[in-house]
Amino acid sequence: MAEIIVVAGQRDGVLHPATLEAVSAAKTVKGEGDSLAAVIVSADPDSLAGSLSVEGVDEVITVTAGSNDFQPEVVEAVVIALAQARKPSLIATAHSVDAWSFAPSVAVTLGSGFASDVLALKSEGGDLIATRAGYAEKVLVDLEFPGRETTLVTIRTNVFEPAGGTSEPKMTTMDAPACETSLNHVGWKEPADAGGIDIPGSDFILSIGRGVNDESNVEQFLELADEMGATLGCSRPVADNGWLPKARQVGQSGQLAANCRLYIAMGISGSVQHQWGMKHIENIVAVNTDPEASIFSIARYGIVGDMFEIAEELENHF
Amino acid sequence: MKILVAVKQVSVLDDEFEMREDGRDVDEDFFEKDLNEFDHFAVEEALLIAEAAGDEAEVVIVTVGDEDADDALRTALAKGAERGIRVWDDSLVDADSIAIARVLAKVVERENPDMVFTGAQSVDFGHAATGMALAGLLGWPHAAVVSKLEFKPGNERATIHRELEGGLEEIMSVACPAVLSIQLGINQPRYASLRGIRQARQKPVDELDLSDLGLTAEAVKAASRVRRMYAPEKGQAEIIEGSVAEQAARLAEIVKELRGA
Repeated sequence: MAEIIVVAGQRDGVLHPATLEAVSAAKTVKGEGDSLAAVIVSADPDSLAGSLSVEGVDEVITVTAGSNDFQPEVVEAVVIALAQARKPSLIATAHSVDAWSFAPSVAVTLGSGFASDVLALKSEGGDLIATRAGYAEKVLVDLEFPGRETTLVTIRTNVFEPAGGTSEPKMTTMDAPACETSLNHVGWKEPADAGGIDIPGSDFILSIGRGVNDESNVEQFLELADEMGATLGCSRPVADNGWLPKARQVGQSGQLAANCRLYIAMGISGSVQHQWGMKHIENIVAVNTDPEASIFSIARYGIVGDMFEIAEELENHF
Repeated sequence: MKILVAVKQVSVLDDEFEMREDGRDVDEDFFEKDLNEFDHFAVEEALLIAEAAGDEAEVVIVTVGDEDADDALRTALAKGAERGIRVWDDSLVDADSIAIARVLAKVVERENPDMVFTGAQSVDFGHAATGMALAGLLGWPHAAVVSKLEFKPGNERATIHRELEGGLEEIMSVACPAVLSIQLGINQPRYASLRGIRQARQKPVDELDLSDLGLTAEAVKAASRVRRMYAPEKGQAEIIEGSVAEQAARLAEIVKELRGA
């Protein structure tokens, strides 16, 4: 009769969509007779209780906070108080930037087991096993948590399908524990005006990476993308150097190419962060001089070669 | 004024590698070691603040690692940090982020810095946990994935940008001292000069073990243990061969087929 707690996330009163992915992950190790409670901290948590009433959720715990601002100390105090009272076997939350801030701090305070960026959960002979990647995704690691009553995991986003269906969970209200807060929300800085660039909506993206080498080389790829009818995308180093606007960046700290059906990656090695935004695309073509680049392990087609030479030849076809 | 920057020597795996006999890690012959990419930005941010503050400011680099990790420490010192601390103990061989945070907490108590920076994550394992776990142990204000920082020594608060999903940034004010994990792109990390590299060899590095910090092996137990490590099943792209013209022609064909043109 183990208990599982999923810590929901919200921004500006909107449920973080990856919360429901964390519910799905938790369900993979939820045994018969186990219960799963989702806890949400916000200014108006009742308004989010409905979105959390998905299949597999037995209880929604609402905690009313003074505002919707992310306050790591408040979330930490809530999770610590719940964990100490209920002794859950598992606490799961999405591996979001907010979780990066609060989850490790909760784990050290509880003295719990801990694993972040988890790709899969399973039980082996009654032991909880969390699988994550290592050495820049070149290996997988199965972690165990010997002697830990509670284990806290953060679940990589975009891996599990969000939990769906409906349930009629028990509704519980919890008072926000008193705690000092040391961060104040000042404002938001929206990504620079996309100027009509729509990476999430585009079905065909030509993307360039570190291999483009210099700002002066970017223009020809803008032209090529235009001729081919593709949206020009890029990986992080290109945007960080200011060679292309952030709105074109595909990856974890940029955009998810949600509707893309064809993705041509030129001079992109394929870091984990970049893959996050495009790995799911059915047709990926990789052009890279390094035959060992990890992009080739997720691409459908590969060309081992120089992106400039290929680009120049491609222009003759469009 | 003192800023403590915690850095990591990361392991970069060769393309071909073999597992260790116990199946819990890669055979160490297949690694190259390097200073974590994110840490270059954390070190740079500390140096920029210290340089703007003048002579009174000190940047101290700390790492938890065996003798190999000395290179990472010297790389950071070569950029201009004043001194280093390297903590190692054989009982740390299976340490995870949580165990390392417990070690760093004792170093922070000893050094009493005004700010602590780490990289937002490491490029080898990407736990993204050490800095924020450290903050939890210290009871310090903390923020992860900081992409902009305005802080002057002596200020009671710093203004930060947290880089969130999808390129959105949250501007926040944070009480100091704080632990901040620093994101790529926050600055342009400098390269060490030849003079800096020469000087780094002479800079003081305290080598400490657990007992020097009043810790025991039991006190720095990891929050996880590797049961097994293995290579994932990898897909492999269908490689388009031929001359550049042929390769480009085939690529154009693929585009036209899929685009229904």
